[in-house]
Order: sequence, then structure tokens, then C-alpha cells
Amino acid sequence: MVKMTGAEMLLECLKKERVSQIFGYPGGVVLPVFDALYKDPSLSVVLTRHEQGAVHAAEGYARTTGEVGVVLVTSGPGATNTVTGLADANMDSIPLVVITGQVPTKMIGNDAFQEADIVGISRSCTKHNFLVRSISELPRIVKEAFYIARSGRPGPVLVDIPKDVITDRGDFRYPETLTLRGYNPTVQGNRWQIRKAAQLMAKAKKPVLYVGGGVIASDSHEELSELVSLSRIPVTLTLMGLGAFPGTHPLFMGMLGMHGTYAANMAVHHCDLLIAVGARFDDRVTGKIAEFSPHSKVIHIDIDPTSIRKNFRVDVPVVGDARLILSDLLEDLRKIRDEEGLTPLEPWHQQIEGWKEEHPLTYKKDPEVIKPQFVIEKTFDLTGGDCIVSTDVGQHQMWTAQFFKFLTPRTWLTSGGLGTMGYGFPAAIGAQRAFPKRRVIAVTGEGSFMMNIQEMATVASLEIPVKIIVLNNKYLGMVRQWQEFFYGSRYSSSFIGQSPDFVKLAEAFGVAGFRATRADQVEEVLLKGLSTKGPVLMEFMVDPEENVFPMVPAGGSNIEMIFEAPPPAPAKGGKTGRKEKDAVITA
Amino acid sequence: MTPDSPQKKHHIQILVENRFGVLTRVAGLFSARGYNIESLSVGQGIDPSVAQMTIVTVGDDRVVEQITKQLNKLIDTIKVVDLSESSFVSRETVMVKVNTTTRPEDRQEAFRIAEIFRAHIVDTSPSTYTLMVTGEEEKIEAMIGLLRPLGIKELVRSGAIAIAREEPRHATRTQKHDGELPA
Repeated sequence: MVKMTGAEMLLECLKKERVSQIFGYPGGVVLPVFDALYKDPSLSVVLTRHEQGAVHAAEGYARTTGEVGVVLVTSGPGATNTVTGLADANMDSIPLVVITGQVPTKMIGNDAFQEADIVGISRSCTKHNFLVRSISELPRIVKEAFYIARSGRPGPVLVDIPKDVITDRGDFRYPETLTLRGYNPTVQGNRWQIRKAAQLMAKAKKPVLYVGGGVIASDSHEELSELVSLSRIPVTLTLMGLGAFPGTHPLFMGMLGMHGTYAANMAVHHCDLLIAVGARFDDRVTGKIAEFSPHSKVIHIDIDPTSIRKNFRVDVPVVGDARLILSDLLEDLRKIRDEEGLTPLEPWHQQIEGWKEEHPLTYKKDPEVIKPQFVIEKTFDLTGGDCIVSTDVGQHQMWTAQFFKFLTPRTWLTSGGLGTMGYGFPAAIGAQRAFPKRRVIAVTGEGSFMMNIQEMATVASLEIPVKIIVLNNKYLGMVRQWQEFFYGSRYSSSFIGQSPDFVKLAEAFGVAGFRATRADQVEEVLLKGLSTKGPVLMEFMVDPEENVFPMVPAGGSNIEMIFEAPPPAPAKGGKTGRKEKDAVITA
Repeated sequence: MTPDSPQKKHHIQILVENRFGVLTRVAGLFSARGYNIESLSVGQGIDPSVAQMTIVTVGDDRVVEQITKQLNKLIDTIKVVDLSESSFVSRETVMVKVNTTTRPEDRQEAFRIAEIFRAHIVDTSPSTYTLMVTGEEEKIEAMIGLLRPLGIKELVRSGAIAIAREEPRHATRTQKHDGELPA
């Protein structure tokens, strides 16, 4: 048996879990771990410039690879800075193991320097967390942490390791097996329920597949694609599901929900069978729940039993892994096709085509002003969709979701559940580390970008060639849009005209910078930016008051979509009021 | 899901890993998701590595279904049983320190009430009796109601503990990972 320190043992455990990449930031109590890393070339560390960046980078790494993302930070502020990332990963089911240092066991509770009760703080935003109380339990806890993070519905797990455990010496033996009597996620779906689902699918005249991030997490896009080929059931994807089904497929209706397409929302509203796969009936998807999909029977496939009947009624619940369930479903459906035949769906397809033509995704083209949607469309055209795209949160996120046609899974990184501004750029760093040869693009706004802009130093120093597209509209665009529509155009704290000169800032960080201010410069800047080696920032000065359409006003029914700004409320707001207010803020 | 199903009291029995922090996980789940706890009691089970909790909560069918599922989802939860789905025994212990000097007959009266409810007098002083009684909630409420006019100085309740009645071929339906209920 080899005696080793807790720090060395931790690294051995990570290697047993096939970890090769860590995102982190050093500090007092984890110094021994960083010292061990210094001596061990098999584990690479990306030093971010803020712990939040490290967690989002690990999320980007996890989502593009399907592996567990690993973060290493120190105690106290290092640990508390991971909280937003943990909550983000928890909402979006991203497998992470976040290792935090802790003050020595004997000092816990004494308000020691850089002490924070991170196990208490992170309890409600992690899938599970651990405090390691002696070196003898370290290997077991690390193994359990990785198993919990990646199995069932994936999620973040935090492991808090006190300084004395890190420096203590002990015998290292990595457990071969683990027993968690309280944790045994159901993977195989109930055959009886699946058969019932297949029968409903074969008989439905107006079925819709409503597919979420669970299909990506379970790598079941191929099964999904086979299911659609066989059944001819049209597909809508959630924000988290984009990429699970090709965005260019004729049976794809686009995203659904608040900024979903007219066709998708109409189809879900009028369908007679709704098949939810790896989706959780989030409020941004359903709108007013009482009026959501009112005529349908509901099949709900999900690995998390709590997702079922949490927000919406269900007729046939199937708990388990989407990949296994979809392949069972395929088998049953094939049998039904051979024996009884499937209901032809042409009339339903025609109805959906009608909706697609009635209100396609569109925007007003302009020869002068740069329309943000145009930048996204051009980016798709120039790359052919062959890239990994991350976004921050807000208007640019919705435009990217709408106008970039994602073709394959694990190429789309966005903060869906928590809506974390500042997610996108560090997530792109993680993705680029996982796939150094692929093109990784971070689409962001000038608001979100500022929230983790320090990571420019990370990409510059490690030459991580992320291409950043900043859509600068001088506003917190989504906030401004809501204020325009629902708060009488009173732009309270949403104007941020005083952004830095991003091109100069990029250069100061050591990142190449380009800017387009007119529509005819867009293609040129994109071509130049995408072909420049190393990290690049491209800033597009876009139409400041462009809105995201269609839109379902919050709390409204999904078929009450609006396609233009509602008329301003009389007396309050209106154009003139707005200009005055801006003048004040600018001054 | 039954829309507008009535609010009902449920006794939920939970077996959890007997580790530090587990109680906080359970209690935190209730507060984070806005479920209410009427009472909660915890103790060690037969196996010292397992702790046994009884939670009394109130909610409609949908909420209680979510509560049991969310409890199951906790990694440290070994088993969750909603006892209210079949027949069960529930008991609570209460200790009441009651004034016996307000009226001359109070000392007698307190003694009589103790007798009627089969309460034990576990402590006494010239001016008080401390009564302890174990029973169902209704019995405890009734006794407290009768003692109130005497003047209750202090009252502590243990919270309910509950256990399923043994029945021939009794089937416990709520087990871990029960997302699929036969429709």
C-alpha cells in the first residue's frame, strides 16, 4: 500500500475517474493540491480569472463532451464564488464535481480566516454535497461524487475538503464498487407504459414531440431521429434541447414557448397527443399552464420522477433513461406499424406547414443598420453550422436560438433554467479546451459580457481561440424590451451606453478585436474574425431597439403571441418620454 | 393530477442515512419548495446507521406526491412511505405544566383530568402539576383544552410518530422511485 497525502490522493482519484482537465483558482487551503498538480503533468489546469468563470467553463466542458466537469477552488470566497455556477448546473442538469478547500476540521465553526459553510450554502443548489471528515473516507466520497454527478439526472456535486485532510497521509485504495442504498435511479422504462405510449402514438391524428435537454444528456438523438422517421411526428425543441434534432429538418417546427415559433406553439396547442421527452414543462415553455396544450393526451418520458406531474398533468408517465425508452418505443411502434399500420399524418403536416407560412421567423431587413438577427444568420451561413456556439442570457440568446440552425447535439451551450448572464464566454472556454481543433463561438451582449469579461485574460494567456461575437445594442436588451412593452417605455437602469470600447479592451487583454457599425461590414468582419488565429472579439453595433419576436407575454397563453410591439399605453411612456429619459442617463 | 383535490393531512415516514446534515436536507427541502411541516420527529432506527423520521404535512394530492418524490430524490433518503395511504397508528407525547392555585378546586381538577386522560403526573410543586400524556392528536387537543382554564405555564410536544398497521398481504405502495403509477 502506498502512503500518500490527501492532495495526492485526490489527484489519483480524479485520474481513476478519467479526468484530464481541471478548471480552477488557487488559494490558501488548497495550496497543497495545486502543489501536487504542479508535479503531475497528466492533469491540466485552466486558471480562470474568477471562480465563477471556472464553474461555467467546466459546464461548457461537460456539455460538449458528456463527461463530468471538474472545478478546484479554495475555501471561503473561492467556494462562495462557485454558487451561481452550481445553481446553473443544477437547473440545467450538467454533471460537475466542484472541489472546495475548507479550513482545518478543528477550526470549522470558529469563523476562521476564509471560512464559509459551503456545504450549508450549496445544499439547495447541488444534486448532493459532501464534507470530507477524514482522509480514510476521501476516495469513497470522490467516487460517490462522480457517480452521483453523472448518473440519473446529472447535476453538480460539491466536495468540501478541510486543510488537515488535504495534508494528512494515508493508504490509498480506490473502491471498485460503491453502495448508495438511497440512490438508485430508474433507467429502464416500464414496458407496459411504453407499450401504451406506442399505441397512443400510432393512433394520434395530431401528435407532437416536445423534446428537451434530456435527449442530449442521454445521447439519444439517434433514437429520436429514427422515431421521427418511423412515425413522421413533427418535433419542437426546448431551449435546452436545441441540437437534439436537426434545425433544418422539414419536420422540425422550431423552438416552443415564450420566444418559440408560431408553428410550434400552435401545433402544441392544437395537438391531440403531446410526447414530452427529457423536458420538464418549464414556465417559459408552457406559458399560462391552464391553457397549455388543452386538447392533448400527454406522454411524459423523463429520468427524474419529480419532473412528472410537477407542473403539468400526464396520462402516460415513463420514468427512465430516454435512450433506452426511445429504443423500446421504436420496437413497439414498428410492431404496431407491421400489424395494424400507423395513422397517416399528412393532414396534420399540412396544417403545420400552413402555420409555418403564416408566421415564419423573420425580422425587418435594413441596408444600413445592423440587425442582430442578420449577424446570427450570417454566422450560420459562413460556418455552415459546423461549430460550437455558446450564448449569454437575453435578446442575443433568443436570436441565436431562433436563427442559428443547430444540426447536431452538444454544439449549443446556453444557460436555460437559471438564466445566468456571464455564462456564455467561460462556457465557450471550457468547450474549446475539450475540442481544441473545433470552432467555438461565444455570442454575447455588451451587458452579459461584462459579467465575466475578466476571462479575456484566460483566453489570451492560454491562447484559447474562442471567437467572441458581441451584439452591442447599448441596452440590457431584454430588460429594455419588457420595459418598452409592459412598463410604458420607462427604461429604468437598462441603458448602458457607457460600455468600454470593446475592441480596445480586447487588444489590451491581448485579444484581436474587430468592429462593424454598418450592415455591409458584417460579412467582412465575420470573415476576418473567424479566420484570425487565436482568440478574437468581434463587436457589432446593432439596432438598439430591435425586439425579439414572436413573444408570449409572461403569464399569457402560448397562442397569444405578439409579432410587434404593443401600442404604448396613453399618457405614460411613448417615444418622447423615452428620449428625454435617455438624455438624462447619457448626461 | 387531480385539480383542486382537497388539502389533507399526511403522515410521512422517512428512513434516512444516520449522518450529520441529513435533517437539514429534509427540513431545507420543505422550506425551499414551500411545503409545510406540522411536525417532525427524528430518532435512530433498529439499524444504528439509519434514522427514522415522521413528518406530518398538509397538502393536496399533487403537493403530497411531489413531497414524497422530492424526499426520495435526496441521496441520503433510503425509503419514503406515505402512511396515510393505508392504515397506521400515530401517537404524540405532550408534557403540560399547569397552574393549580388559581382557584381552590384547581389542584383536584388537574388531578381528575389526568386520571380521565390516563396522563401521568411526572412532576409536582405546591403550585403546579406537570402532566404527561401520550395519544392521538384529538386526545391531546382535548386534554389541553380542559387544562387551559387552569392556566398552562408551559407545554412541550414531541411531534407525532407513526407506524403502519400490520395487515395481511399489506402492500406499501410508495417506494423509492415510484414515478410510474399504473394509470
